[in-house]
Amino acid sequence: MTNANQSVVIKSSSRKRNELAEFSFPQEMVNQSDHSQIRGYHQAAWEAYQRLPFPTLRDEPWRRTDIRGLATDKFTIPENGFRSDPPARLLDPVIIGEEPSGRIVSGALEASCQLDESLAQQGVIFTHFALAEEKYPQLVGNLLGKIVAPDEDKFTALAAALGQDGVFLYVPKNVVIEQPLHSLYWGAGEDTAFINHLLLWLEDGASVTFVHESSSATSDDRSQVFHDGIVEIFVGQNARLTFVELQSWGRNVWSMTRERARVMGDGNLEWVFGAMGTHLTKNFSDIDLAEPGAMARMSGFYFTNGNQHLDHDTQQNHLAENTTSDLLYKGALLDASRSVWQGMIYVAPGADGTDGYQANRNLILSKQARADSIPGLEILADDVRCTHGATVGKIDENELFYLLSRGIPRKEAEQLIVMGFFAPIMARIPIEGVQNRFKEAITEKMAER
Amino acid sequence: MPELIIDNLHVSIEGNPIIKGLNLTVRQGEVHAIMGPNGTGKSTLAYSIMGHPNYEITEGDIRIDGKSVLDMAADERSRAGIFLAFQYPVSIPGVTVANFLRTAVNARRRYGEPPQEDISVLEFRKLLKSKMDLLEMEYTFGGRYLNEGFSGGEKKRTEVLQLAVLAPAFAILDETDSGLDIDAIRIVSEGVNALKGPGMGVVVITHYQRILNYIKPDYVHIMFDGRIVESGSEALSLLLEEEGYDWVREKYGQAETA
Repeated sequence: MTNANQSVVIKSSSRKRNELAEFSFPQEMVNQSDHSQIRGYHQAAWEAYQRLPFPTLRDEPWRRTDIRGLATDKFTIPENGFRSDPPARLLDPVIIGEEPSGRIVSGALEASCQLDESLAQQGVIFTHFALAEEKYPQLVGNLLGKIVAPDEDKFTALAAALGQDGVFLYVPKNVVIEQPLHSLYWGAGEDTAFINHLLLWLEDGASVTFVHESSSATSDDRSQVFHDGIVEIFVGQNARLTFVELQSWGRNVWSMTRERARVMGDGNLEWVFGAMGTHLTKNFSDIDLAEPGAMARMSGFYFTNGNQHLDHDTQQNHLAENTTSDLLYKGALLDASRSVWQGMIYVAPGADGTDGYQANRNLILSKQARADSIPGLEILADDVRCTHGATVGKIDENELFYLLSRGIPRKEAEQLIVMGFFAPIMARIPIEGVQNRFKEAITEKMAER
Repeated sequence: MPELIIDNLHVSIEGNPIIKGLNLTVRQGEVHAIMGPNGTGKSTLAYSIMGHPNYEITEGDIRIDGKSVLDMAADERSRAGIFLAFQYPVSIPGVTVANFLRTAVNARRRYGEPPQEDISVLEFRKLLKSKMDLLEMEYTFGGRYLNEGFSGGEKKRTEVLQLAVLAPAFAILDETDSGLDIDAIRIVSEGVNALKGPGMGVVVITHYQRILNYIKPDYVHIMFDGRIVESGSEALSLLLEEEGYDWVREKYGQAETA
């Protein structure tokens, strides 16, 4: 199999190629909004991007993820009007039964934003990110960068500087949205870059479920597509957010994402994260439990094959008393794919009554696959309960023989075991359509063997 | 009438011979009991017939309908008509009893001669419920993860439920009575009795005679040191119940130590 990654690695035999070239995005692409806060945010981010170095294998969070093959200087951001049709099934409503409250379709297709009229009247904003900066500059300007600082690293700075695609969701105080919101972000092309920014802001007492899908055409690995993203989430006091992210990016995508949620007093965040695609992923997902009673549950799944490399870095920050976090990430790996999960529970001084849990379970389905699982605890308070667990295992031969003995062929038996392995995560996905998406993806990958 | 023929079977585990020339013929409609002291190769026989990869057949043959199954993987043997009720059923996390059984039923249909379409959800539910009624099982069992957290009795009952749904030509019950109280033995046995008939041959492997009070054997075989050393009628099992296995050891064990 040939791919761009390998071909670049060959070139990198000369030491100089180890240094990534700067991206060739021109400064003119930075949003020159009339609104000073918005202009200032993007400008400062651009400066940070120029100033910061690319991360390297010497940086602790990047030790296991080698990005030297990224063809940084090749990418261009597609012009407006660049079109490519996603497969119809992606446009099928993922929310079965009833109409979603709102829907955004964006990326390499004609963007559209819909929102239930009565919600709009209550002050809910659910729209394309660039449009939000244009239409609600005061509000967006106030919220931008409050959760994710634009200068956290070079990729974050780039996404902050140039991110125009994406979603802005604002739910005013005490507004409860019954039906879920849905957005589909569709990328396409070769040597293209997709940079997006999701900003989800729930004022006190607000409540919503939001499903966000990122996808692109499955392409061979010959050329690369670059995705860079920021997700900023604020869950106010007593607010409830269920946020489901599914990525089924094409196999030529290199994705770098920085995501963080801040949960205030008695707020509740249910965060489900599903990863199927990309050639390489480096994702940071953090929760800050900022006030007493804040609670967050993170449920992740990944299923890799071929030469995929998915790296998820999670951080559960207990910053106040009586906060609760519960993380379960489960992954299955085929072929020569590789996953990294590195998780940290941090308990700040004085955050007594913390209840923190993290577990990462991996199922290795081939001799060449590899999963690194690195849990961590840093506890600076006295009265806490923190537990963690990490496992990497194979399919149990006795389980397999038992299923075979009932006439189930080996491949189907393995698929059954894999589905069963993911069942605890499925049970945490509140929407049947999303469960089905995931089941389809498992079936497809198991059939590719 | 189809026969399960075990012909001069020799089986080794990691190079150690366990079964040393065993012969047995089971016709559909017959119930055979294989009794013997622990460590004599009874479970090895069961696993070997089912095709466990760790059991190496060094000599002899196993045939159904005249056709050798030795080159078949366990799933093919199952579809050819062999069923093994496990002594220690394995739990499969996250896979419900109903989903598992539906997959098994569909595998039989897809690879059948001629192939059939998958069973409809409605038809399968009806099938499952009727078999659960037979075994006095709650319908909620269908939604539980296979053997996960099941009591000993629930596990064995689930084995017989599978037997009922899959309706094989030959069923091997490996110590199905072990660990069960008398009520559970009765329910499990009544289930087997309701299923056995002209279309099913049954091999009951057991250490104790008591299950044979419920499942009446046509033939009783005593297994010792990897062979069947005595065959007879039900009277043989009653003799073992009264006198234990000492006389078997005395009669057939000498050759080993001499």
